[in-house]
Amino acid sequence: MPTAETDPAALARRYGLSKSSVRPPLGSYLRELWSRRQFVVSYAAARTYAMYAGARLGSIWQVLTPLLNAAVYYLAFGVLLGTKNGIDNYVAFLLSGIFVFTFTQRCMTEGSRSLALNLSLIRTLHFPRATLPLAYVLNELNQMLVSLGILFVVVGFTDGPAWSWLLVVPAMLLQVMFNIGITLVFARIGTFVSDITQLLPFVTRTWLYASGIFFSLPAKLNQVDAPGWVIQVLAFNPISAYIDIIRRSLLEEHEPNQLPHAWSIAIVWSFVMLAAGFWYFWQAEDRYGRG
Amino acid sequence: MAVADSGAEPTVIADRLDIIYKVIAGQGGKGTAATALRRIVKRQDRPTIREVHAVKNVSFTAYKGDAIGVIGRNGSGKSTMLRAIAGLLPPASGAVYTGGRPSLLGVNAAMMNDLTGDRNVVLGCLAMGMSAAEIQRRYDEIVDFSGIGDFIDLPMSTYSSGMAARLKFAIASAKTHDILLVDEALATGDAEFRVRSERKIKELRDQAGTVFLVSHSLDVVQETCNRALWLDAGVLKLDGPVDEVVAAYVKSTRG
Repeated sequence: MPTAETDPAALARRYGLSKSSVRPPLGSYLRELWSRRQFVVSYAAARTYAMYAGARLGSIWQVLTPLLNAAVYYLAFGVLLGTKNGIDNYVAFLLSGIFVFTFTQRCMTEGSRSLALNLSLIRTLHFPRATLPLAYVLNELNQMLVSLGILFVVVGFTDGPAWSWLLVVPAMLLQVMFNIGITLVFARIGTFVSDITQLLPFVTRTWLYASGIFFSLPAKLNQVDAPGWVIQVLAFNPISAYIDIIRRSLLEEHEPNQLPHAWSIAIVWSFVMLAAGFWYFWQAEDRYGRG
Repeated sequence: MAVADSGAEPTVIADRLDIIYKVIAGQGGKGTAATALRRIVKRQDRPTIREVHAVKNVSFTAYKGDAIGVIGRNGSGKSTMLRAIAGLLPPASGAVYTGGRPSLLGVNAAMMNDLTGDRNVVLGCLAMGMSAAEIQRRYDEIVDFSGIGDFIDLPMSTYSSGMAARLKFAIASAKTHDILLVDEALATGDAEFRVRSERKIKELRDQAGTVFLVSHSLDVVQETCNRALWLDAGVLKLDGPVDEVVAAYVKSTRG
């Protein structure tokens, strides 16, 4: 019969000891996370540095990668397949789509390995695990800002600057919120089901073709005489919404190609995904060390 | 075992602790797509993933002022147990109760090998929750203690294993700890660093209250500890005063 003297749990209670591997309540977890913001920033900076440290051109690749990417797609869709559909500024149309999509896609694929690749760090030091996926998102945001710079230059040359460019700031903010959420979700899945890293490229590629990046969704649907509700359904795709709000702010002639309710859909997705991502990730906080 | 003697204040209590983790154990079976499919259809676990029952039903209580040596053969679950005490590896059943957050100093501390030593110092300290101002204040002390010298500006990948271990130990010991877990941190350093780090451990122990030391060098254990745990294949074989436990362990290895 265990008494207070011999029962370990009771003894621990008496001296105020707590279980060593226990998940903190969500509130204090978020506070702890906030206190490590410096670590997130430094870790992201270190990763960016390490990524290009070996390359001869160094961080010039941050500019070259999105440009080459866009060139390939321009060649395939703009020139060879001719999906321009009378979009005047097709280059800016294409670039904005690709950059926005790549941002989310890279967050998902890289984020899904963010914990698995740092397992020894996780098993050695104590820190909120969400800092790692967050640092990965920050990395991709850094790349995205470079890409946006390219986009501004292109649109500045073709259309000239406009006040509506300022709307890019809230648009970007919304996408970052969404990306944090989806990265946290895939970080958890990727830790326990490593098969996801094999599967993700196919998921994201399907998503790529469904998001109206190379062609205007409304124009395409008109072409094939699709019923009106199809566009309403397709507009719920978060990526389409984020692309659309960026195009609205940058491209004047985008008006006929706009998706319905893009801003409201983008806002709802952002808040829901961010909250759901944190909640889902935090649920397994104490188990990430097991791998 | 030692639970009954209750004058001192306990700092770590392990209660029927069990730890099981999964490892990928190389190629099992033929490893073709067809065998993988058959496995999935039959709902078998992957043969390459093996469950390791690393710590089995271990209970003990550590008190303030204890320095506990953890000894045993390679693969007997010593490091795994320390990780569970630190809360880094969740137990399969049972529990570890601790007062405050234990800190693990180990040679396995992961760093970013592409980065310079000095960036690693900053990152490691940030991960431990130190503020930027605090890091700046203690930076020189950490680098001095590591004895790395000019190599601090070079990537970690150029360091020898001893140098890496010195830097990691220096980083981890920069913080004051309530409960300190030391995992073979001293084994790879040279003689001079060993003396220096043993002094550091004694110093930390005076501040900390409780120290756990995993080591294969029994004289270090006997010198720095007052108590020892002997783990054998994950089972706690003996828990008692250091000389008694070490003597029994030595006897068993000779037999």
